[in-house]
Amino acid sequence: MSTLFKCAAKTILIVLIGGFIGATLARFAPGYGVTEEELDSRLSGESLRALRQSQQLHGNLMSFYIGYWGKLLRGDLGFSTVMREPVRQLIAERFPETIKSVGFGVALGWAVGLGFAILSITARSGAVDFATSMVATIALCTPAAVLALLCVFAQAPGRLVIAVIVFPKVFQYARNLLMRSAALPHVVAATARGLHKARIFLWHILPVAAPQLLAVAGITVSIAFTAAIPVEALCDMPGIGQLAWKAAQGRDLELLIVLTMMVATITLLANTAADLLGKAATHG
Amino acid sequence: MKRAGFAAIVFLALVTLASLLAEVLAPASYAQQFRDAPDAACSRQHPLGTDDLGRDRFSRLLYGTRVSLLLAPAAALLSCTVAGLVGGTAGFAGGWVEEFVMSATDLFLSLPWLFLLITVRALLPLNVAPLTSVVITFALLGSLGWAGAARVVCADTRRLCDSDFMLQARASGSAGPRLLFRHLLPNLKPVLLAQFWISIPVFILSETNLSMLGLGVTEPLPSWGSLLRELESYSVLSARPWQFVPLILLVATVSCFHVAMQREES
Repeated sequence: MSTLFKCAAKTILIVLIGGFIGATLARFAPGYGVTEEELDSRLSGESLRALRQSQQLHGNLMSFYIGYWGKLLRGDLGFSTVMREPVRQLIAERFPETIKSVGFGVALGWAVGLGFAILSITARSGAVDFATSMVATIALCTPAAVLALLCVFAQAPGRLVIAVIVFPKVFQYARNLLMRSAALPHVVAATARGLHKARIFLWHILPVAAPQLLAVAGITVSIAFTAAIPVEALCDMPGIGQLAWKAAQGRDLELLIVLTMMVATITLLANTAADLLGKAATHG
Repeated sequence: MKRAGFAAIVFLALVTLASLLAEVLAPASYAQQFRDAPDAACSRQHPLGTDDLGRDRFSRLLYGTRVSLLLAPAAALLSCTVAGLVGGTAGFAGGWVEEFVMSATDLFLSLPWLFLLITVRALLPLNVAPLTSVVITFALLGSLGWAGAARVVCADTRRLCDSDFMLQARASGSAGPRLLFRHLLPNLKPVLLAQFWISIPVFILSETNLSMLGLGVTEPLPSWGSLLRELESYSVLSARPWQFVPLILLVATVSCFHVAMQREES
């Protein structure tokens, strides 16, 4: 219970500090509070002053922070200057698409990565090990943006790219962990006694590696969200990755910071859940 | 493994050498336009053809390789220096300093890498000179990519601080800077060097992703990322497979870094 409380407190603290840093960065970014409308020569001095006031330029740093957090706590995530829509509405529209892509990518990436790792360990063949490692290395060394473009050429679903990004990481971790477990003395003894490969794997190798494998699950969520940006931008998928890219190109800082904090919270929660599950598996 | 590692190092050395000798090897400058031959096929004059603006692809590849291959280690050096300072100080001080610094590191690590990168990149002006865009891109990579390495350095510093030789050094009267510079830092060198080599391929791939999204190195200066942007207009009908040469070179180089690192580990 205390571990759970500590994890929750740590997550909240990190999000609060992150939001504070985000607000500071947005406030001091070059061009903050300057809009294209100010270039309109038809505007009078009074109109310009009113415009600047609406951009909160005259508020001091403290009132800016208070205003920023007050708005966030009321559920007002601001207005996107690039998309011309409230940020809350944009996120509500696009978040499900990203969750679907990330969920699919993580699930498929784990299935393929773990499958390859198990194959590599149980086959005990140099050729199989070399082939699986080779495929993983090529996937690891190809930028996500290039994979997304190749997916467009092949007219394949963009979500596949997220799986291709996740799978080599899972494969590498899983292969190393399983190899270490397979070298344990009791596993060697079980092999020497002639136990079936599947039985050795399921009863003696996998349970030892499982807690650490679960810890990796949290990291793969972060990797999948990172991959979502180039994938959604280049495959024209209307998710928050594409939104972040558009916001970056249009320097829509408020939207970008809200998106980054949201994704950070999700990855923090995923990491915490994975850690807790790993600990539970170790003690169980 | 040893042979593969050696071959990888030789390949990396050759690619680096070719990029350093770009002025000698390239048939033209990276920005020179051959306006009478836009989108030309491979020829003796243009070994990899020309792009749609009539610029020689081979020359741009050589100069682009130089930008990516020289600045990624510079960014890695910056990130390792920050990681060494942050992680080393936290591990050496211990107690609440370590707790605080590692919490800040957790904050950095919890932010998905590309989200953080494009957010901070967007905070800076986007319409900048090509050279400034290169500096901004790699400085950002270096200054934001320290968190993972700092965690490793902190753990190693903690381990070293608890080791017998440090206890003996303290017992002999060593303290403060002497303990730090004479005993701790030389023993941190291997872990810092490993983090340096690990960071290089990560930064190369990050620059490629950023440039392909239009947030990295700007035209006309080439980098691997900006060269690969050309693939966006690739058409199977035009059948110009040499457009994939930068991609092959990038994958081969990053793979060689991985193979070379595995050799060092083994």
